[in-house]
Amino acid sequence: MSDDLGYDLSQFKATYFEECAELLASAEETLSRLQDGSGTVEDLNAVFRCVHSIKGGAGAFSFDDLVHFAHVFETAMDALRSGRAEPSPQLAELLMRGNDVLGDFVRAAQEGVSLASDHGADILAQLAAITEGGPVAPLPAKAVAPQAAPAAPPPAVASVFKCYKIAFQPTLAMLRTGNDPLLMIRELAALGDLDVAVDRSRMPSLTEMDPQAAYLSWTFTLTTDKDRQAIADVFEFVDGDTATITIEEIQGAEEGDGWGLFAPLPTAAPAAGASQAGDVEGDGWGLFAPQSAPAAEQPAKPASVPATAAPTPAAAAGGQVHTTSIRVDLDKVDRLVNMVGELVITQAMLGQQAIGFSVESHPELIQGLQELSHHTRELQESVMAIRAQPVKALFSKAPRLVRDLSSKLGKQARLVMSGENTEVDKTVIEQLSDPLTHLIRNALDHGLETPEERMAVGKPTEGTIHLAAEHRSGRIIIEISDDGRGIDRKRVLEKAIDKGLVERGQQLTDEQVDMLIFAPGFSTASEVSDVSGRGVGMDVVRKNIQDVGGRVVVQSTPGAGSRFILSLPLTLAVMDGMLVAIGGQRYVLPLTNIVESLRPAAHQARFLVDVGDVLTLRGEYIRLIPLHRLFGIGNAITDPTRGLVVVVETEGGDRVGLLVDELLGQQQVVIKSLDANFRPVEGISAATILGDGRVALILDVGALRVMGERLTVHDRNAAAAE
Amino acid sequence: MSYSNEAAQAGVRQFISFKIGDEEYGVDIMAIREIKGWTETTELPDSPPYLRGVINLRGAIIPVFDLRARFSGVLTQATARHVTIVVTVGRRVLGLLVDAVADIITVAADSIQPVPDMDGTDRARFLSGLVTVEGRMVALLDLENMLRGDLHAAHDAAA
Repeated sequence: MSDDLGYDLSQFKATYFEECAELLASAEETLSRLQDGSGTVEDLNAVFRCVHSIKGGAGAFSFDDLVHFAHVFETAMDALRSGRAEPSPQLAELLMRGNDVLGDFVRAAQEGVSLASDHGADILAQLAAITEGGPVAPLPAKAVAPQAAPAAPPPAVASVFKCYKIAFQPTLAMLRTGNDPLLMIRELAALGDLDVAVDRSRMPSLTEMDPQAAYLSWTFTLTTDKDRQAIADVFEFVDGDTATITIEEIQGAEEGDGWGLFAPLPTAAPAAGASQAGDVEGDGWGLFAPQSAPAAEQPAKPASVPATAAPTPAAAAGGQVHTTSIRVDLDKVDRLVNMVGELVITQAMLGQQAIGFSVESHPELIQGLQELSHHTRELQESVMAIRAQPVKALFSKAPRLVRDLSSKLGKQARLVMSGENTEVDKTVIEQLSDPLTHLIRNALDHGLETPEERMAVGKPTEGTIHLAAEHRSGRIIIEISDDGRGIDRKRVLEKAIDKGLVERGQQLTDEQVDMLIFAPGFSTASEVSDVSGRGVGMDVVRKNIQDVGGRVVVQSTPGAGSRFILSLPLTLAVMDGMLVAIGGQRYVLPLTNIVESLRPAAHQARFLVDVGDVLTLRGEYIRLIPLHRLFGIGNAITDPTRGLVVVVETEGGDRVGLLVDELLGQQQVVIKSLDANFRPVEGISAATILGDGRVALILDVGALRVMGERLTVHDRNAAAAE
Repeated sequence: MSYSNEAAQAGVRQFISFKIGDEEYGVDIMAIREIKGWTETTELPDSPPYLRGVINLRGAIIPVFDLRARFSGVLTQATARHVTIVVTVGRRVLGLLVDAVADIITVAADSIQPVPDMDGTDRARFLSGLVTVEGRMVALLDLENMLRGDLHAAHDAAA
């Protein structure tokens, strides 16, 4: 029995820690917004909710240290959002540190170790000081205002028992949402002494009555020792669309009959989820505009319950749009993705079988197949969307990293980000995290100069690091660029020769020299710092990116900066492809790479001694890549004027022409890994299964371009040797 | 499964043996996933002749190796009567093209003879032992060793 319990608990724990990781990350992101001054009160609420959730779960699992710290943190956050302390950069920094310590405690709980008893004690003390309205945020002039305000107008109510008038008017449709007024009335009655008055005025005659409509409304008079929140909680699940609720505290024995009493009064605070959510938020949390604490709201606040601002569900629901989401095991999604993949293949197979049938003879069959194709595509897109996530999750760490590192390195850096909402497959995001961190470090450490150096060369003292994401030709491109000193090619080359990576006297192009920084064991940092420069970085970056089918390229201009371009596949599952024939073999070209295809006339194609076959197209020269030679395919068409040239564009923007026999048609293909059971093959990005069950290889245009170049060099050397 | 486990406990090992020409080879029965008829492969560029290409095994792409070509350099003239033995090597699944499946053989573990030390011959690296069954010699394959070079061809070399 106890074994079962232990097992279950561990499952819940796993889920809890997963949630914690998300909550911590989300809190950090929000805090960084507060730090650069673009935060709002709602951000404070968001952080509060994160900390609160972590504390809640920790309590359930009896992680006492974690609970203790989270509690102090939470209390501090609560003090902040109720306006008892003032935000400032120092404060935001403290909260950020607090979040880190909280993360330490979560990790300690996860690994089952206990941290030093004074771990984070300094942070803890400062957080506690916030709750006291303490000295962390030394802006006394402002800090006084919100504190003074509540003291002023509220009329003291001596008795613990207060009297509320509650008007509850459901919309006709409320019953259909599963809300039963009877249950709520019973719950109200449980709170105290309840008087109920029913309003039947909306009730139609029996013949017109809809049995599922809620015609009745009620006015309750409740005498209770509970606070307003307890009443609002009764109506927690009734939102503004299904009922109108007002809760009004009435003074003493004024047992009113007055419906008219509430309407004109500005004090009528809307209850659970009423439409004026803004008012709820404004209620004394005027953190960023503290003076505006509206006096009119004060009478509504029972003085005997001084600002208990617990995380009121009402406020939470009103202030934030709840994205209705569920947590799903990634394996389940992957199974779905695989099944859709199989469906796409089956659909292609059916399509092929039906080629022999005409629309006249089998109209329903043809139409059905078209619809199947349509639906399959939609299904596939929906399924892929489940796995797609904005790169924001990845970028959100960058501001912190840049801030921390630039102060550590004594450099001034500004981070500019764009395209954070670009979506990409979750696996790709996960794989990118480390490389990106490393590249940002590298840009700060090696790329940017110190403010003095920058001044000396006439640049603004503050360097800029640009982080950008975008979709381009079916891939996601992530660029990290800086306006620093650029790659010192002379030094790189010397280092490479020192390390034996390059022979002395070997002639390298600038690009080749730049690419040397990705060689294993290469590092030019004169001294090893704790920031970067152990020489394990760049080659790991390249490897991580290659592992998910990506490439990394560096472009650098001495004195003007460097730009690292990561190009990765968008999804690892399905794409649109063009089936081409070369010899007896069929290959798939990603549709997004294709610019055009043509059969060149004799005068358009010629052989150039340095380049190999070249195609002239509207004044542009395009290098031709003989695929049959690269892949060693016999009986393929070798003369461009007799076959077809497909002009393709690589992610880098280069255009090359691929020589193929013919185009066989366009179709959606499911991407199947070659290396799962074999190994990567140069020039091939993956494989797919065609409608007839045979395998076709998917061409990797970027790699083909490089292979083509190598072939040309090889040919030239061979010619020279003869 | 349970039978094989019992067999293993009893110090007995089981192999599936197959024919290439007149020679008989054996693969540990636990490594074998299934046995299917020969289907046309899709050739891989720039690969040795004995790597016949890849096939679709219910949605997975698996490479198929022609064992005759691997052992003797002569390509198998594959027909529908030829057999692909699907095996698991490490975490990979792959196919072996052979002429025909011969037998399931059960031998005592201690009756497996070591391969005579013949350094320098290519074939020795492919075998893990020899057994004699009813007067026939069956050579047991060391798949891991045989395929190492093909499956782990350095990624970096390709990059």
